[in-house]
Amino acid sequence: MSAHTHPLDLHSDSPHADYVGDKLGFWFFLYTELVLFGGLFLAYFFYHMKYPEAFHHAGAELNVFMGAGNTVVLLTSSLTMVLAVSAIQKGRKGLSLFHLILTIVFALMFMVVKYFEWGAKFHHGLYPGAEELLSREPGQIVFFGLYFVMTGIHGIHVLLGLIALAGIFVLVVQNKIHKNDYAYIENVGLYWHLVDLIWIYLFPLLYLVA
Amino acid sequence: MSHPKEEHHEHHISDGTFTVVYFALLLLTALTVAVARVNLGPLNLYVAMAVATMKAGLVVAYFMHMKYESKLIQMLFFVALLAIFLPYSAVFIDYLHR
Repeated sequence: MSAHTHPLDLHSDSPHADYVGDKLGFWFFLYTELVLFGGLFLAYFFYHMKYPEAFHHAGAELNVFMGAGNTVVLLTSSLTMVLAVSAIQKGRKGLSLFHLILTIVFALMFMVVKYFEWGAKFHHGLYPGAEELLSREPGQIVFFGLYFVMTGIHGIHVLLGLIALAGIFVLVVQNKIHKNDYAYIENVGLYWHLVDLIWIYLFPLLYLVA
Repeated sequence: MSHPKEEHHEHHISDGTFTVVYFALLLLTALTVAVARVNLGPLNLYVAMAVATMKAGLVVAYFMHMKYESKLIQMLFFVALLAIFLPYSAVFIDYLHR
C-alpha cells in the first residue's frame, strides 16, 4: 500500500530516492556561484590595492547603520531558515511554515532597506554614468561601480531566493515536502545560506573600508 | 512503507545549537563593526576578512550542515574551495609582482 509507486518518483520514500545525489548536485551548483562572486571579489581586491584612499573616502559615503542592520536581518533569516528545515524533519508542518514566513519577511526587509540605500545613492548622483560620479577621481568611480554590481547581483540572488522560498512554502502546504522527503527545502536552505555567506563578505568590504 | 531510511539522515543539529551559532554570528558582526572604527591602517582589511571568514565557517559548518556531512561531500567541499582559491590567488600574486 505504498503511496509512491511511480517509477519516476525519485524523491519521497521510493526505493530510488537519492538523498546524497540531491545534495551533492546542489553543492556543485553552489560552487559555480562561488566562482561568480570570487571573480568580483578578485576585482575588488585589485582596485582596493590600486586606489586605497579613494575606496576609503567612497566607502565612508555608505550607511554603516543600514549595512549592519541588513547583516542582522540576513543572519536572522538564516536562523529561521534552519529552524524551518529542522521543524519539517521533526514532522512539525505548522512550525516549519511559520519559520518560512519569517524567512520571507526578513528577505523582503532586506530588499526594502536595499531599495532605500540605492535610492539615496541615485539621489546624490552616485550611480554608474552619473555626472556627479564621473566628476570624481577614478578610484571612487570604480568603487561605486563595484558597489552596484556586487550588491546588485547579490540582490538578484535574494529575489530568486524569495521565489524559491515561496515555492517550497507551497510544497510544504501541499504535503509534498514532509518528514521523509525534505531534499527541496534543505537545498533551498543551502542556497539561502550561500546568499547570507556572500553578504558576510560584502558588508565589511563595502561598508567598513572607511 | 518499510524502506528503512539510510544512515545519512540521522544527524540533526538541535535548535539550541542553531540559536547559539546565531548569537555568535551577531557577536562577530558587532566585533567587526567595532574594530573598523579603530584605525589599524592596512591591517583593518585583514582583520575584517578574518572575522568574516570565522562567520562564514560557522554558517558552513552548522547552518549548511557541513560539519556532519559524509566524507564524500566534505572532501569535495575542500577540493572545490582549493580549485577556486588557487587560480584566483595565482592571478592576484601575478598582479602584485608587476
